[in-house]
Amino acid sequence: MKPCFAPGDPVRVRFAEPPGHCRTPYYLRGKRGVIERLIGTYPNPEQLAYHRIGVPYQPLYQVTFGFDAVWGRTEHNVTISAAIYQHWLEQSE
Amino acid sequence: MAHEHHHDHDPHAPVNEAHGMRPDSVLLERALRELLIEKNVFTASEIQRQIELTESRNPELGARVVARAWVDPRYKARLLEDAKAAIESLLGIDLNLTPDLIVVENTPQLHHVICCTLCSCYPRAVLGIPPAWYKSPEYRSRLVIEPRAVLAEFGTALADDVEVRVVDSTADTRYMVLPRRPRHTERMSEAELVALVTRDSMIGVTLVPEPQP
Amino acid sequence: MPRGVHDLGGLPAGPVDLSEHDRTFFDQRVDAMMRLLTHPQNGHYTVDAMRRAIESLPRDDYFGLGYYERWVRAIRQLALEKGLISEDELERKLAAIQPSEPNK
Repeated sequence: MKPCFAPGDPVRVRFAEPPGHCRTPYYLRGKRGVIERLIGTYPNPEQLAYHRIGVPYQPLYQVTFGFDAVWGRTEHNVTISAAIYQHWLEQSE
Repeated sequence: MAHEHHHDHDPHAPVNEAHGMRPDSVLLERALRELLIEKNVFTASEIQRQIELTESRNPELGARVVARAWVDPRYKARLLEDAKAAIESLLGIDLNLTPDLIVVENTPQLHHVICCTLCSCYPRAVLGIPPAWYKSPEYRSRLVIEPRAVLAEFGTALADDVEVRVVDSTADTRYMVLPRRPRHTERMSEAELVALVTRDSMIGVTLVPEPQP
Repeated sequence: MPRGVHDLGGLPAGPVDLSEHDRTFFDQRVDAMMRLLTHPQNGHYTVDAMRRAIESLPRDDYFGLGYYERWVRAIRQLALEKGLISEDELERKLAAIQPSEPNK
């Protein structure tokens, strides 16, 4: 897959509950953040976990989230940063 | 409660007690190991070599990287740009087959602290085996929702105007913190600086302590 | 699937126990086996397969077992899945070592 987000882009992590292994933590699903940077492109762990080769490879982004966007309340000056694969991200306004 | 983690560079010698372990775990380990050796999946000496390799990785490696970055701005720039290459060239170790590594810099305005909410991802190549607390359900659960409270349990209080950024190691990268250089270290040699850097400061749960006068 | 047993971010929990634990020889051997099995050059299985096996442990095991005790069970599951060993061989081996001299 080609990268389709750039640093500064607002994104939303998809909310989904797929069966099986995935590396998108539950607490970030459905939450809005901002692309910090593209880390690289990697085999899809959701397939690697079942002995498949993980194609198409997925772009992986460092995404930063405001505390209130994740938890719905304010905690002074706290942000959360996580690496999220592209197929879990969608554009956000 | 303040906890001292100075000089936790020395890997503790392993102990031969199975504290609180289920007896079937011990049997299972032995059975699997013997069977997989019989099947030529690996050899006993490969296990021994792997153990030695793992034991050779400890926080002193990370501390050497940090100290160099403190004294050499060009090295620091390379480290933040391409951590693996910068670390390989400084330490002479091969990171080709280890997960990608990102070094995040703590500044007076921004304090990073690392966790892994999903398992126990940790920059083993430069810090060794993670401490038990890093793998604990408590740390993994709480850091992302109450980081200042968790930092306080490590004796770390940060001013309100410092942004705390919790980095959750969710995917194919590992993160190491480049901690702030403490005050009163201007005259210290690089080797003295290495001795000052603690494991926990490279996870981001503590600051590097100022040298004792 | 709703939140997995391993997916802990944000859940309520108590204070962090900061005590340092010594590694045991058991820990070292399990760690080494896992590294060798997931080593890209050996290609028996991936770290993600290992994670999946650990995450699919029953809740009581996930929280009740030690860290490397979870790993050793995941190694068993994947070694069987990948046909590195058979159930039969494992049972015979376990029976053979059962009376158990102390683990070296």
